[in-house]
Amino acid sequence: MREKLSAIYENLGLPRLIIITFFVVLLVAAVPLGLNVAGLLGDAVRRWAMYGVLVLAMVPGIESGINLNFGVSIGIVAGLLGSTIAIEMGMSNPWGSLAAAMLFGALVATPLGIGYGFLLNRVKGSEMTVSTYVGFSIVAFMNLVWLSLPFSSGTLIWPLGGKGLRNTISLSDSFGGVLNNFLSVTIGDPVNGAFIPTGLILFFMLMCVLLWLFMRSRTGVAMSAAGANPMFARASGIEVDRMRILGTTISTVLGAIGIITYSQSYGFLQLYNAPLMMGFHCVAAVLIGGATVKRARISHAIIGTFLFQGILAVALPVANKLLPGTNLADVMRIIISNGIILYALSKTKEGN
Amino acid sequence: MANLRHKALSVLSDNKVVVLFVVLCVGAIYVSGAPLTFVARELFTRIGRNGFMVLSLLIPILAGMGLNFGITIGAIAAQVAMFWVVYWGFGGINGLLLTVAIATPIAIFFGWLVGKLFNTMKGAEMIAGMILGYFADGLYQLFFLFIIGGVIPVQNETLIIRGGVGVKNTIDLTGNLKYALDTVSMLSLAKVAMWVLVAIVVVRLVLRVMGKLEGPITHDAAMGFAAILIYGLTNVPAVRSFMGTDRLLLLDGVVIALVAVAGFQLWKIVNNKIIRRDEGFSVRTPLAIIVLCVAGFLLTYVQPVREILVYVDIPVATYLCIVLLCVFNNMLLGTRLGQNMRTVGNSRVVANVAGINVDKTRIIAMILSTVLACWGQIIYLQNIGTFATYAAHTQVSLFAIAALLVGGASIQKATNSQAIIGVILFHTLFIVAPQAGTRLFRNAQLGEYFRVFVAYGVIAVSLAMHAWKSKPRPAVSGKVEDTPEI
Repeated sequence: MREKLSAIYENLGLPRLIIITFFVVLLVAAVPLGLNVAGLLGDAVRRWAMYGVLVLAMVPGIESGINLNFGVSIGIVAGLLGSTIAIEMGMSNPWGSLAAAMLFGALVATPLGIGYGFLLNRVKGSEMTVSTYVGFSIVAFMNLVWLSLPFSSGTLIWPLGGKGLRNTISLSDSFGGVLNNFLSVTIGDPVNGAFIPTGLILFFMLMCVLLWLFMRSRTGVAMSAAGANPMFARASGIEVDRMRILGTTISTVLGAIGIITYSQSYGFLQLYNAPLMMGFHCVAAVLIGGATVKRARISHAIIGTFLFQGILAVALPVANKLLPGTNLADVMRIIISNGIILYALSKTKEGN
Repeated sequence: MANLRHKALSVLSDNKVVVLFVVLCVGAIYVSGAPLTFVARELFTRIGRNGFMVLSLLIPILAGMGLNFGITIGAIAAQVAMFWVVYWGFGGINGLLLTVAIATPIAIFFGWLVGKLFNTMKGAEMIAGMILGYFADGLYQLFFLFIIGGVIPVQNETLIIRGGVGVKNTIDLTGNLKYALDTVSMLSLAKVAMWVLVAIVVVRLVLRVMGKLEGPITHDAAMGFAAILIYGLTNVPAVRSFMGTDRLLLLDGVVIALVAVAGFQLWKIVNNKIIRRDEGFSVRTPLAIIVLCVAGFLLTYVQPVREILVYVDIPVATYLCIVLLCVFNNMLLGTRLGQNMRTVGNSRVVANVAGINVDKTRIIAMILSTVLACWGQIIYLQNIGTFATYAAHTQVSLFAIAALLVGGASIQKATNSQAIIGVILFHTLFIVAPQAGTRLFRNAQLGEYFRVFVAYGVIAVSLAMHAWKSKPRPAVSGKVEDTPEI
């Protein structure tokens, strides 16, 4: 029994154990506080599927050997750009609009991802340091782009006189909520019950399956091998650099698709500085799920997103009940997400 | 001639970052149409405000730990101390000294922790420092939003959010710590210098009497004489009234600096040629410098230059701190510790073989940098006059590091002059970018976004360039060998 427990402990690691305990404690605490637990769990599920694809984007990056892809913001801005183009086209069919957004997003993300992959191949050993600031720079650069895009759709630009695109763009006329509402059900009470966004979950699962199939394919296995042991992979005739570029590109494209799924669930596109720290949340989530700087599985992304977003979904109302009008949940998110990244980094030395 | 051209080209290519930003700054000033007097005045304020922080980055670079993104933590130490000092109601230079006295031990402790952490992830200090900065920001928010008032009882309506828990968004420093350092008069500084000299002389004399110090006494006599000279000079009415102020007109500052430099070169010539009769000494360089000084002096009579020089005044005490830090950074190189840091920075293996305690040296470097960053933040806040509780520390590392890199520094090598040039160029861009954006594109926002992009971009490019060239890695391996510990 004792060995078993210590084996579980070894497997989970201290921070993950703390996080799981914390999640359970929060859920238990929600009951005496008179919070609607079913609603909270429904919220956790919605946020899980909403962030899922973005976190999934971490997996091919880590597996191909570029470590934690802090530069996923490149994919994110590509997805945002694709969405604005789709809105500008003014398609009235929400499904068509969503497909267009994803298509354009992926089209923008692919060349960016390839270029980014080339860059990361030149800076082996410091990928994370470089990618963090490359990610920041591209978000800062896109600020200039958002200000100067010559779009004319009324939902995109400021109504009176202002320059450039709006900070938040409503998706109610395009693809807002289209996945969420597809086959959605409400468990229990129609007002306070748990809203299950079936379509969103299905889409997330579809993405997981596609990625899983790819990772099982010849190329996918070669890519993982290139990340796990570059020297051995090269000896067996795998082109390591090309595999790394492939992993980076897939990660970037998934980032683009991820932000579109996120935005359709949220109902708004958030431009300008909103994507700045998003990469950090994705990294934190996959690490909480059990990934390391060197290895990540799809299950890590699924579990990690659920734990991370679950804590946030439950912590927010609990914190509001305990200390009304404060942002304790936000502070906690900063501490948890950066704490887990720091822990993972201290376990695996960069360039080691 | 070809040689000269070659030389000029190589100087240009060595300093291409600086050249690029000089062109960018000149262009932005021209486009913005801002009067030069305005730009100069703003610029000198900002040098005083930010210079110290940028200089605090140099020591970790020397020790091979890269750009210290962890200076955020030094800033946090400063802000914790500053909150309590304001809360207790202290102000002026005494309040500032109290802030320093409280903040320094906190910064030493934090620096030690950071150093310990960085020793467990050698080679990944920069990414760790970035994440550590965000993590520390979370703890800082927890402390200021919930622990102050929530756990530690605090009662103050101007500082605490209504309800008694958490500190307000901004703390006004007007009337307590604002300009606490900037307004220290030259007279007080001279007095401090005098007492320091006296103290040194007394200590040395005591040591001499105890027989622990030997050698000629001329050094002590000179110092004692200097102390008396300062005392005498400060009692001359004209000098006294000139030094009674806290600000020095830039014109006076420039003239004093030119006279000092010229005088020093003259002394060099006299010392080497006439007193020591050193045959190998060439008078060409000192003479050239003296000629330049005279030219500079004449330049102050040119109308546009004079206009600027008369328009701008500098806070003496703050600038003195910056100069002292430059001197400290230079002196450190001459000490054993500085040499150890350089060795560790070049190669941890060699340092280990040479018997240097690598881990300890790196921890000392982090402690020094954190403490200096902490003081830098105190200087920054006392000058800016409002303490944005939750924002003041968040951009510290971004802007300081960007400034340093703009000055031509790299991840392995940075000097005092690169830091100062960087502050000048980076902040010139900051001052004029919004106006330039307005004039060029009728959009001030564009200029503001542009300068933030420059800050991020310059860091990204230099991190990438560093990783790009510093990896002569083996052809087969995708991995980089970590230096083995012996």
